[in-house]
Amino acid sequence: MSQIKIPIGPQHPALHEPESFNLTLEGEIIVEAEAKLGYNHRGIEKACESRNFIQDIYLLERICGICSHSHSTCFVQAVEEIAAVEVPLRAKYIRAIIGELERIHSHLLWVGVAGHEVGFETLFMYAWRDREIVMDILAWISGNRVNYGMNTVGGVRRDISPEILEQILGSLNTLIERTEYYTRIVTDEPTFMGRLRGVGKLSKEQALSLGAVGPIARASGIARDVRQDDPYGAFSEIEFRISTDDHEDVLGRTVVRVHELMESYRLLRTLIENLPEGPIAVKVPRKIPVGETLSRLEAPRGEDILYLKTNGTEMPERVKVRAPTLANLASIREMLCGAYLADFPIIVAAIDPCFSCTDRMIRVGNGKNDNLMNWQQLREYSIEWHKKQGLDLGQIK
Amino acid sequence: MKHPGKMIPEVFSNLTKPAVTVKYPYEKAKVPENFRGKISFNSKNCIGCKMCMRDCPAKAITIEKVGEEKVFRAKFELDNCIFCAQCVDSCPRKALSSTPEFELAQYEKAKLKVIQE
Repeated sequence: MSQIKIPIGPQHPALHEPESFNLTLEGEIIVEAEAKLGYNHRGIEKACESRNFIQDIYLLERICGICSHSHSTCFVQAVEEIAAVEVPLRAKYIRAIIGELERIHSHLLWVGVAGHEVGFETLFMYAWRDREIVMDILAWISGNRVNYGMNTVGGVRRDISPEILEQILGSLNTLIERTEYYTRIVTDEPTFMGRLRGVGKLSKEQALSLGAVGPIARASGIARDVRQDDPYGAFSEIEFRISTDDHEDVLGRTVVRVHELMESYRLLRTLIENLPEGPIAVKVPRKIPVGETLSRLEAPRGEDILYLKTNGTEMPERVKVRAPTLANLASIREMLCGAYLADFPIIVAAIDPCFSCTDRMIRVGNGKNDNLMNWQQLREYSIEWHKKQGLDLGQIK
Repeated sequence: MKHPGKMIPEVFSNLTKPAVTVKYPYEKAKVPENFRGKISFNSKNCIGCKMCMRDCPAKAITIEKVGEEKVFRAKFELDNCIFCAQCVDSCPRKALSSTPEFELAQYEKAKLKVIQE
């Protein structure tokens, strides 16, 4: 059968963000898929280098609109590690509470989006209505529905009053009741299950070799979660279960997410009941000593990694962010190959993609002078450049 | 065999419920207590240390000296402000505070540059 090439994106009704996929079709079946990144590069990492640590928190918070708290927590954790600051326990708990609320809000949003992508608009409407409960809780605590601005180097900026904690516990009951209902829907509704079963297959071996993270890895049966593998903040003290599933398809990813919602409610209740008394922040000097570190955090979409290098001034020397979508992007090709073209939107939506968070590099050129360098060429170029500056680094192996 | 349409009872039970949205601008939703809106400046407390200017991520605040005395005024660029209220946290003398004011749209861009004395 002859092959047809279909470009999808960067602007396409089925995609919510600019991203380009080149699909090769044989009839209705996708035989090859290629993803292209780089349509939403914002230069955030470079901008961080010309701002101080306080300003960077707000800049990094704006990497993603949904998992904003994850990115800023990842950054302040790295700064605190280099500055050797012990964050008060209450601040760690408040960070974890916001983190779990963010996970609930992100997963409820995803359940709605999944419903929308498969034409189950009723689920979309109700899931998003219930998401408003979490958004209201976040607004009570931080004042805003998105970009909470809770983190600062050395702790958190706002305390949670006992009245708000009471309100949260009250709202949690409604959320638990609603999520139990959604769990029944996604595991019992034959139209929904029939639509998702076997779509976007990713076996355990493939997920392992492609380095899938977050709910994608867990839906392929890999019990991988930074909260347990490398506990940070309050999670080193709290008992926690990883939800996995062995469906290895979009249905599995849905089941994992609704189970994670239930686990997050349980975690939230534990965190609120055990919230210790004490200060919420310690003072940290504006100048951070020389050092470098890697900070990991389980964002709603998977493992978020931030590399930070400091040089003893008020500003960082290098900040590098690896958003979870980038780790899952490699798996998309495996999931798409062999699938139907009509399954494309739900397969892409199932990794809960955030393409704008992912873009860290852009290729700008006029076609004549632009060239891509590999690591070896880049190293030689830098040695040459330093020689011109009067520094011979060629001896360093 | 399982039957489809598990959500139909839920759909019917929602038909009689009132709308959750409010008729803005006639009716306004309640602003949360911790809301970070337009920043207000109290020149009596300002000592001119300019910590707010150093920490503002959007470079939206400028503190200027007025006259010979130690009196300062604040210039806000509301089109740049991201309403993070870091300046409120950075101020050592509580000269800045958040207000619940959020309806800041203007027809002319120049009106977004506000000077408070």
